[in-house]
Amino acid sequence: MAESASARYRTALGRARGLGSSHHGVGHFITERVSALALIPLVAWGVFAALRLAGTDIHGASAWVGQPLNAVLLSLLIVAAFIHLRLAIQTVVEDYVYGFVAKTTLLVLNVFVCVLGGAAGVFAILKVALIGAL
Amino acid sequence: MSDTSRGLPPRPLSPHLSVWRWHITMACSILHRGCLMALYVGALVLVGWTLALASGPDAYATYAGLLTSPLGRLVLFGLTFALFFNLAYSVRQAFWDAGHGFMPKTADMTGAAAIAFAAVATVVVWVIAAFTGAL
Repeated sequence: MAESASARYRTALGRARGLGSSHHGVGHFITERVSALALIPLVAWGVFAALRLAGTDIHGASAWVGQPLNAVLLSLLIVAAFIHLRLAIQTVVEDYVYGFVAKTTLLVLNVFVCVLGGAAGVFAILKVALIGAL
Repeated sequence: MSDTSRGLPPRPLSPHLSVWRWHITMACSILHRGCLMALYVGALVLVGWTLALASGPDAYATYAGLLTSPLGRLVLFGLTFALFFNLAYSVRQAFWDAGHGFMPKTADMTGAAAIAFAAVATVVVWVIAAFTGAL
């Protein structure tokens, strides 16, 4: 199939201009959407779980986290939530914080908080699931 | 930002409050962002709960006491709304990604539906919590 003359003589930049991000915006967009899709059932499950756990003491809660399915789903909920929230807050910072130092500081802090939160949550769940809360 | 434009026209900025007429789709967009920022705190509250559980009975009792205090309950109530609104908004966005729901009337309706769903679901969850003795 022959390209039209106007398409053939246009530069790569000319063709790409106006078609959106030429960097990693697509990856950001897709990760945000896929993590949102994963979070829809996980959050629904999490609300049911919270209702069940709200009235229990530490023994009930640790027995609940000790169930393999609960430990896995709760870990996935935390990890998916932090992946989603890191991208969400990154977008907010990029939109509204203009200064280079302030913006970079907040973006790096955002990554640190989300990775730390995910690691701490998953470790705590594994600890309770494998050796109990006490 | 502008230092990468190399003489091209300035890149568009995000919509600003001063140049947009107040409208339900805009309100939903702002609410969505606000809820995401609240849920950032909410995710850390959840991680705090797992850490308290892993740290033993005293830490768990203290943390549970914080969550069930009047302020803690108010925060959790707000987080419940934020969670349900974002849930509905994600479904709405999934339809947008598939290319549906952009007609102004449809977008207005789905925005209002997302807010209504979040409000009703939040109240239902807290009523259930009250009836099951969780409160």
